[in-house]
Order: sequence, then C-alpha cells, then structure tokens
Amino acid sequence: MKKYDVVTSISYPKKGAMGKTGSWRVFKPKLDKNKCVKCLQCWVFCPEGVITKNKDGTIDIDYEYCKGCGVCANVCKVKAIIMEREAEG
Amino acid sequence: MKVMIDTGNYVAAKAAVMAKPDVIAAYPITPQTTLVEGIARYVATGEFKGEYICVESEHSAMSACIGASAAGSRTFTATSSHGLLLMHEMLHWAALARLPVIMCNINRVVGPGWNIWADQNDSIAQRDTGWIQFYCSSNQEIFDTVLQSFKLGEHKKVGLPVMINYDAFVLSHTSMPVYVPEQKEVDDFLPSFKPLWKLDVDNPITFGNIIGPAYYEKVRKAMQDAHEAAKTLVPEIAKEWKNKFGRYHGDLVERYKCEGAEYILMAMGAIGAESKVAIDNLRAEGLKIGLARVRTFRPFPAEEMIKLGKQADLIVIDRNISIGSEGALFNETKASLYNKSDAKVHGFIAGLGGKDVTYQDIQNICKKVINGKAKDFEWYGLEGD
Amino acid sequence: MAIKDLPDIECVIPGSAACPGCPATLGLRMVFKALGKNTIMVVPACCTAVIESLYPNTSFDVPVMNIAFEAAAAGASGIEAALRKQGKKDTTVLAWAGDGGTYDIGIQALSGALERGTNFIYICYNNQIYSNTGIQRSGATPYAAWTTTTVTGKTEFRKEMGDIIMAHHIPYSAQACVSYPEDLYNKVKKAKSIKGPKYIEILAPCPPGWRFSMDKTVEIGALAVETGAWALYECENDVVTFNGKSKLILEKKIEPKPIEEWMKQQGRFRHLFKPERDEKRIKEIQEHINQVWERYRKCYLRK
Repeated sequence: MKKYDVVTSISYPKKGAMGKTGSWRVFKPKLDKNKCVKCLQCWVFCPEGVITKNKDGTIDIDYEYCKGCGVCANVCKVKAIIMEREAEG
Repeated sequence: MKVMIDTGNYVAAKAAVMAKPDVIAAYPITPQTTLVEGIARYVATGEFKGEYICVESEHSAMSACIGASAAGSRTFTATSSHGLLLMHEMLHWAALARLPVIMCNINRVVGPGWNIWADQNDSIAQRDTGWIQFYCSSNQEIFDTVLQSFKLGEHKKVGLPVMINYDAFVLSHTSMPVYVPEQKEVDDFLPSFKPLWKLDVDNPITFGNIIGPAYYEKVRKAMQDAHEAAKTLVPEIAKEWKNKFGRYHGDLVERYKCEGAEYILMAMGAIGAESKVAIDNLRAEGLKIGLARVRTFRPFPAEEMIKLGKQADLIVIDRNISIGSEGALFNETKASLYNKSDAKVHGFIAGLGGKDVTYQDIQNICKKVINGKAKDFEWYGLEGD
Repeated sequence: MAIKDLPDIECVIPGSAACPGCPATLGLRMVFKALGKNTIMVVPACCTAVIESLYPNTSFDVPVMNIAFEAAAAGASGIEAALRKQGKKDTTVLAWAGDGGTYDIGIQALSGALERGTNFIYICYNNQIYSNTGIQRSGATPYAAWTTTTVTGKTEFRKEMGDIIMAHHIPYSAQACVSYPEDLYNKVKKAKSIKGPKYIEILAPCPPGWRFSMDKTVEIGALAVETGAWALYECENDVVTFNGKSKLILEKKIEPKPIEEWMKQQGRFRHLFKPERDEKRIKEIQEHINQVWERYRKCYLRK
C-alpha cells in the first residue's frame, strides 16, 4: 500500500476500522454444525461480511467483528443458527 | 512566437488548450460564454485532444473537474458571477482535496437585478475557499497567467486550485494583440501533471470520509502552508516565464513608477491598467505617485504591502464591497500594515455594477488624497455627487 | 447464479461503522461481487459516507471519492472522462448514492449525466428516508410513513424515480432489493457488461429508520416485493421485464399479499394501526398500490 505525501483527508483500508465491533453485540449467533445444510443463506445475507464459507460448504463466524444483528439466524431455514444472549461482563 | 489578435476569452481558451488538459468541464454564462465556445472550436478542429464535458450546471462543472483531477487528470474550467457562486461549495471541495483545477473567472456583477458588467464581488466572495486568486489587467496577462497557473497549482509544494480573474467585457470581449508561443515551448515550460494523490484501483484509498477535529485542523494548516509556498513560487515561475518568453507582469504585485513615490495607488484587474495612464499624467504634473497593482489576492501579499507602506501613503481602489465593512483590498491592506507601518491608507469604492472607471476618475481620486480632502474611506462618484 | 457460485470477493471490510443489520453493506457486498475490485466508487453524503469509518482508516477496499450531496453523478462524469482519456477502458465507475442524493438534491446532476451518455453505473440504495441525518422525509418516502419531518405520516405518495430514469432512454436500468441477492448480482453484472449510463435502484430496508428489529432486514425487503410495495424489474433498451415474484404479480399468477402485512412490521406505520386502525389511509395505500400495478400491466405486460 502506497501512502501519499499530502495532508488531506485520505484514508487507507483497515480491518476493524471502527475497532473490534464484536463488542457491540448483545446477542451472539451460535451455529449448530449438525443442523447446517450448507445453503449459505447466512453467508450471503450477513450485512457485515463476517461469515466466511469454507471449501466444504461449511461456514465460520468471525466473532471479533460480528455485531450480532441476527439476520443470519432469521434467514436460516433449518434453525441451525440461534441467537444467545452474551454473558454479562 | 505568433501574434493573435483576439478577445480575453478566446485568448484564455487558447492558453488553456495549449496547457493540454485531459478534461475540461464547463457551463456557459455571460460573459464567459465565448470562452467555452472557443474550447468547443478547438475540439472541432482537433487542437484540443482531451475530453470536453458540457455539463448541466456550474456546480457539476466543478464536481466533474474534481472527479477528473482526483483520477489524475489535468483539468480546466471557466465561469463568471452566478456560476461561480453556484460552484461555491465545490470550490471548497477542490481546495480541501488539494486538486489543482485551473479556472478562469470573468468578474461580473452579482444580481439581482440582472447586470452583466464588471465587478469583483463574485470572486471576492470566494476568497476563503482556499483557491489561489490572480487578477489580470490585459489579454496578454490572461494568456500568460493561465499557463503559469497550471505550473503553480500543480507544483508539489502547492497542490491547490487556481482562479484567474479578469473583468467582464473590458477584457473578456475586447480584442488585443497577444504573443502566443509555439506549442513545443509551452510543453517545455509546463511539465506533465503529477498528482499529489489519485484514485487508483491498484492502491485503494478513500478520499474525504469522516475526519475528527485534530486531523481536520492539520488539513487546514497544510493549505495555509501551501499558500505560503505559493508566495515564493509565483515570483519564481514569473521569472522563469520572463526568461523564456521575455514578458513579465509583476509577480504578486506589479509595481509601476514606484521609485521615489510618496503616494502609491493600489488596484486589481483592469482598473490597474487604466491606473498606469493616470500615474503617467500625475507624474507629468510633478506629483510623486506610483502604482502597485495587486495580482494575487490569495495568497495575500502582506509582506509586499508592508514594504509599500514603509515607503508611501496608500490609496486603494476597490471594485468590490464587503457590505457592512469596506473594500476587500483596502481592508486587507490595512490589516497587513497594522503595527508594521505608519502609512495612511485611503480606501475608495469605485466601478461597482460595471460603472466605468476612467483615468480621469483615478486622477481625481489620487488628487483628492494628495490635497488632503479625502476621508479614510469613501465611495467615489456616486450618482448625484 | 446460485448462491454457492457467487464470487468470494469482498470490498466492505469487517469492523465498519455500519449499524447492525445494515442493508447498505448487504447491498454493497453483492454489488462488488459483481463488479470486482477494478472499480472506482463515488459516494455523496449518505449513510455510506459514515460506513466508510473514520479517517485515517477506511472500511472499503476499492478507491472511494466522497463528494458533495448533489454531486455524485457529476463527479463520476469527471472520473469517467479522465479514465477514458487515460485509455483505462476496463475500470468501472460506480456512483453509489442514497435516495436523498438521488431523488431530491442529486437529481439534476444524475439527469445530466444520463443525458450525456456517461459510461457509468449509478446505484441508488433506497431506504426511503434521509437516514444519515436521522430519518427525515425524502421524495422516496412512502405515503403515511412517519419520519422526523412527517410526524403524523407523510401526506404525499413517493416519486416514481424508475419512470423518470426510463424517460432518459438509457441502455439499462433496473430495480432490485437486498433480499434477492442473486437477482441483484445478475443485474449489476449485466450493467457492467453494457456501455453507457446504467441505473440500478436497490430497496434497502433500514432497521432504525423504518423501526423494525435489526434481524428482519431481509424479511422486510422480501415482504415489500411480495406485497407489491416494491417491484423487481429491468429495462433494457426500453424493453421492460419484471423479475421474480414481481413478474408473477404482474402476470397475476400470484396474488400480492395485503400491504398491511408489510406495514404492520414497521414502527413507522404504527400510527395506522394503533391506538385504532386508520381504515382511510390503509385503504388509500392499498388502492394506490393496485393502481401502480394496473399501470405496470398496461405498459409492460406482454401478450
């Protein structure tokens, strides 16, 4: 990445530009891999892009940045993702 | 070197095309119209090889220039009066983005009522946008300043947009002989555009997202530093131009017969040219008076003002008025001198609404001051006076 | 295009400033899957200007030019001209604006760019409000919807932007919705393959703006289509084709759900149902939607 030598409002790409947005979560999506039918609805509809698909069609959730919106659980037709309240503290 | 006899607008169009901009985006407005028509002719003849975008408003003209400049292109546009006012938001945008858009503004009255004649209130209203501002007093100076402005604005120490101002009709529609160098000579003078930053798919940056107060203040300070750098570069570029083409219009301030002067008259634009006749006549009468024609209003040549103030009392003619205060040049000249000189400074408002300001008018103003009859600040020749 | 075949490419980097459940990032993810990284994006004032996150960092992995509210299409025109002069024919110029920047303050620059034949894709992500400034009415806000500037409900029906765009007779325009990602992907992909001005509008249900729970973004978008509050179509060289469930509604192969089903899910229409049902306005809205579809059928239903 080339940095420009000029003082103006130029910003450079960064993961977690707003920090670890996983801390915004109140509810956490929990995946039951046994129920998952690999339809990838959760992957395609994740607004934050924190659900990644693996070569075998399974998915992983990046909890560092997942904001806990619950869209994934809502679009999951087989209820393989459920939203659980985060532990206190 | 060829001689072109043409109006200020066609001369400006010629200079702009010789700078070989990649993109010109413009919208017509009287009295700038013949400039954009001039560009269109160069498109038709193939002399202009860049992209010419005939946009649907001045706001879009400046926005398109900003987009093109951010994508790494040399850009040019032109406007006047209400067009310039409509651009106002984007003038800030170009300057804060440090994009060297070069623009001619034909100084014209701001309505209502409709009036298309010369008056500097349009560009004076843009003085805080961060743009470098030149004021020209002849067609040759327009030609030379347009080309010098590309070099100045695109200089890595500047990286700012430049506005070249000249008077409606007095210059825009008046034919004068202008020396035009060969294209190769212009190419030698003006290097290709190397942007300070650009939109590049191989180096994805975001320009202009949310910025906190501390960083924002630094951005402003950097712009101020760039204006300070321009104070040094304007004379350097003017001297280089003189060495190459033999013509010199002054740099930040053009001095005329200031040697031994006890009074120095100050003005911007075409009144500055008319003032030379007045100075010649007053000198012939034995009065010790000279002229300092201010070419750059931004950056404001404060150091030059102090030198002038240490030498003589100053007489300032403004073809603009900051309502509720005074003329802009008068105001800023006094601010420069504060605590630095004991010179008396007299301010006159003259020529608003395109009213003619003749050399006799200028002589009258000067004599009024020399004879001790002038107030600190007054309006010259109001109807009924 | 099956979901599993959508490209992996992502240009919105996790950890952005977007609200949870944001439809804009959802849309952007699909858009960039179709466009790829050889894209320059112009963004006027809108939520996305915030989603980019704070200087000196950005959450976007493509070059982005922020520009003034009314200037997206004009700024894109400049970038497109610059790229043309530079001979960079394969880079896509994308203007990405909200409905405020498209229907209202930016319509002049948009119309100008379409008329001039600018080779770019203009995408309006339509959340039917000025959400970035805190939920004020726009020309896209539906009748009766609460906003902070229409406290008892908007008194006018929304502007038909799609019709205004079609009047420019550009090579391609389309309406999509974040709830149908394959349809959106295909439309953006098609737009990318066509030279000249392209316009796509994406319905983007906004949880805080429309007052629904943030997990329901996709559901509310789908209901908008199923009730006929929003239509999926594309217009290629003046030929209009309806897509998905909108096609079935157009052809009367399915009955649209009552509009109430969509409105009841959103707090912005709550005053139509509580404390008592506002039969008059609910009826007006349903009749209006019926009329819109009758007009669609008259204009676009091929025998």
